[in-house]
Amino acid sequence: MEKRFASIWFPYLTTDRHTIRQPELRNTPFVLSTPVHGRMVIMEANAAAEVQGVSRGMVVADAKACLPDLKVADASVELAERLLKVLGLWCIRYTPVVAVDPPDGLILDISGCPHLWRSEELYLKEIVNKLRKRGFHARMAIAGTIGAAWAVARFGNHPIEDSGRETDALLSLPAAALRLEPVIVDRLYKLGLRTVGSFIHMPPSVLRRRFGEDLPLRLRQALGRDDEPILPLRPVPPYVERLPCLEPVRTATSIEIAIDKLLEALCKRLSGEGKGLRIATLKCHRVDGKTVQVGITTSRATASVPHLAKLFALKVPHIEPALGIELFVLEASKVEDSDPVQEALWGGVPGLEDTALSELIDRLKGRTGIRAIYRYLPDEHHWPERSFKEASSITEKPSTLWKSDRPRPTRLLASPEPIEVTAPIPDYPPMLFRHKGETHTIKKADGPERIEREWWMDIGEHRDYYYVEDDKGRRYWLYRSGHYGDDRPQRWFLHGFFA
Amino acid sequence: MEMEKENKRETVNRLKQDLLRWQGVTLPEVNTTERVGLGPVEEAFPNAVFPTFGVHEFISMSREDSAATSGFIGGLVSRLTVGDGVCLWISTSQLLFPPSIRAFGVVPDRVVFVDIAKERDVLWATEEALKCTGLTTVVAELQEMDFVQSRRLQLAVEKSQVTGLILRCNPRVIGSTACVARWRIRPLPSLLDDGLPGVGFPRWETELLKVRNGNPGCWQLEWSQGRFVPVLPAKQSREWSTQLKRIS
Repeated sequence: MEKRFASIWFPYLTTDRHTIRQPELRNTPFVLSTPVHGRMVIMEANAAAEVQGVSRGMVVADAKACLPDLKVADASVELAERLLKVLGLWCIRYTPVVAVDPPDGLILDISGCPHLWRSEELYLKEIVNKLRKRGFHARMAIAGTIGAAWAVARFGNHPIEDSGRETDALLSLPAAALRLEPVIVDRLYKLGLRTVGSFIHMPPSVLRRRFGEDLPLRLRQALGRDDEPILPLRPVPPYVERLPCLEPVRTATSIEIAIDKLLEALCKRLSGEGKGLRIATLKCHRVDGKTVQVGITTSRATASVPHLAKLFALKVPHIEPALGIELFVLEASKVEDSDPVQEALWGGVPGLEDTALSELIDRLKGRTGIRAIYRYLPDEHHWPERSFKEASSITEKPSTLWKSDRPRPTRLLASPEPIEVTAPIPDYPPMLFRHKGETHTIKKADGPERIEREWWMDIGEHRDYYYVEDDKGRRYWLYRSGHYGDDRPQRWFLHGFFA
Repeated sequence: MEMEKENKRETVNRLKQDLLRWQGVTLPEVNTTERVGLGPVEEAFPNAVFPTFGVHEFISMSREDSAATSGFIGGLVSRLTVGDGVCLWISTSQLLFPPSIRAFGVVPDRVVFVDIAKERDVLWATEEALKCTGLTTVVAELQEMDFVQSRRLQLAVEKSQVTGLILRCNPRVIGSTACVARWRIRPLPSLLDDGLPGVGFPRWETELLKVRNGNPGCWQLEWSQGRFVPVLPAKQSREWSTQLKRIS
């Protein structure tokens, strides 16, 4: 489902509250102040005061000089917080997921809600009008990301932005629209980067170096490239299922039945919400007051009962029922949106995205005794042990090409084995080498291929690799560590076997 | 006369096919399956087709042999996992150097490596993997495998149509197994054109020790330009050259 967010901004949050309580303040300039470094500084000014040129951050004495009949009251931080919370709870009638956005805003996750008010426009009007009737000035905007909605609510002209058009919406807005620290905004302003459009296309590495980690992050969040979690006022009920047993349960079969029942209930809810679980724990409360628990993880969000049951079936032998289990609690501690899998119409060859494969990997991971499951991607290093790296996920694509221009052995020893070598100096390949009591006479050889250590990563000798073939046709990868020295013996190693 | 001969041959061929079918061998049709590019070696298999839906066993007695076998398996995997196919490589040692199989036509990031502590779990994982339809090939490095275990693997494969390649390094017992073929790959001295320095293309002595319903044999293969190239035995090639001389 397409994500939509709304941001509501209350420009005169606390002054509005005072006006509601004392209607006579409506048209008189009025400010709230707090002591800062021994001076009274204005924290918030109402609309009437702002028209007269009094604004946030001014000293009260200065303001009074130009507006003698200015009314002043004490500002309170808790008041704003309390107000936002109350307004947030009131907004729950429009969407279940409402979060407070201090100091003066609310964030609403409105995905799938506005159609109940027929359209986003009517939805927006309804909320703003209701708030206005209650006496609050409010500006609201709807966009595909929290960042864009925030920016448009405060600085934009069109309150509704389609998802995917965040870039266009942000281009003409000032840098402050990105929810940045005032220091960074000042620095951007000084450099002439006044609108978001003036730096949105700069490489992130450049922005990070000059303005810190925050700026690229906020940009990515506003453009929807990074997820931004919100903390709902009323938390979404956790994915937990309970199954009490009339009689304490002791056998593996009955535990499996219990797991099946719990999974069915949980998966029904998950698939109804378009979600799938990644981590689940089963807690078994025993008669003797102790709790045993087992957990499973999946490599991709899933709500398939048979698959999850299979994963739990691997764990059943680890559940010790002792005198019996009286309560099962199944909790999905990590839940993600699951993409509906596109069923392939034309069979074809199953790839890495195949569900059967990820289910197999989950099953393998669940078994004890399996150390790890890897996928490798090429890495930009010549040093053989570093020429590949582990992929972070099953579907990660390689960023560089696999190199096959140099001969590389099919089997590489984890730690090179020392060998004795007879070799003419300076750079000829060896004539023979002795390894594990056997002498190999070298008939053909390729090399040397010098591979230097990367000095910024580790220190030590470089390696001169030779690809050699002995008289029986066996092919080896040998190397000499470092240069030929005057006083020390050369150290030669066997590092791999060629096909 | 000629007609009679032709009829006889046809009858014999048909009877041969019937025999295979009665023995429980399901024969893929020649035209519909892609060849694995083993050239003359494929003639040894029943109906001259490499049995894709079967478990193949590779015996290697030394580390050099297992390196050669890895290369050979790489060549097979590259042919079996065309397109987006995924290969699972299960082992206890993690000796395979992933970038190297690129030279044998396998894209290393389409191989999922499973690192396992004990041999017993390798068998379990292999069986689970062979049952999975989301894969095209499963390579397992094992030491020991008895008849019952191999039959379990073969049965799993027949259902899921995955190719199983079992690389057995230094097995203590080589008993009978239910695998469709038992191979032995050993390195051979590579050959270069006269006077050229360096090491040539990888060359192997490919021995089919056992083939179910086929004829065992021994061939020399070379991996060059991304395919298996059969190498004529030295003797034969010499005969050829003398014949050529005689003709000319």
